[in-house]
Amino acid sequence: MESDCGGREIRALIVDDSAVMRMIHEDMLGTVGVKKKEVAQNGKEAIDIILHNSPKTFDLILMDLDMPIMNGIEATRALRSMGVQSKIAGVSGRSSVEAQEFMDAGLDYYQQKPLTIAKLSQIIHDIHQFHI
Amino acid sequence: MDAIVHLRKQLVDYTASLFQEGFLDDQFNQLQQLQDESNPEFVVEVVTLFFEDAERLLNELATSLAQQSIDFKRVDAHVHQLKGSSSSIGAQRVHTVCIAFRNYCEQQNVEGCLKSLQLVKEEYSLVKNKLETLFKMEQQLLGAGGSVSM
Repeated sequence: MESDCGGREIRALIVDDSAVMRMIHEDMLGTVGVKKKEVAQNGKEAIDIILHNSPKTFDLILMDLDMPIMNGIEATRALRSMGVQSKIAGVSGRSSVEAQEFMDAGLDYYQQKPLTIAKLSQIIHDIHQFHI
Repeated sequence: MDAIVHLRKQLVDYTASLFQEGFLDDQFNQLQQLQDESNPEFVVEVVTLFFEDAERLLNELATSLAQQSIDFKRVDAHVHQLKGSSSSIGAQRVHTVCIAFRNYCEQQNVEGCLKSLQLVKEEYSLVKNKLETLFKMEQQLLGAGGSVSM
């Protein structure tokens, strides 16, 4: 159930197979005011976490592209077909061709690696706006 | 007081030189921005994690390239990881070598890959040294009673 928008805390899921990236993204989220964060090491783990909670649990999913077992494109497609409406921000070092495929899978945002505080701030700001 | 001023200048100058020489880029600044009172060791922690990760990847790369029949996809996957993590901490020169390395993987060029591995090991060694020196300087400054926040 959604509580009142103004005071609602944003909850984020970081999906990346690199421990370095997860640490940086976790801290960046903390810096822009997101205290509730969870992590997954690949697309399949991300889906398991969401299924275990509920499709509405996460406001934002930071999705890496290249991951073993299930990559970002497959995971994004799967999540959208499950009816997940969380904002999904794809983060990747790939070329614009692959970025397009990633976007087509159902992303709301795409950012070339590395993610910056400014870009993340903007995404979080959008999410707050959307809820107000 | 003089000691602090001197140590601080030393730190600032050294950091500037790392940027000028291309060892670090703006992403390193991003990391420093993420460090605050609630997370005073953030940069050291992330960089340390990067060192561990990089060393693991370099070992894997050496092993993969020593095989009779090289699995270029596997090599490429490792280089991609190293490229990603080096760019995320601002280790520009390591990142640049990784880009060339990936091209050689795509071409399945063994010699190019071996050369790239050598280069990336060198660049990694250099940046590791530089960063460890940087952290030592920070420790000295803190030890003398100064603060490292710019």
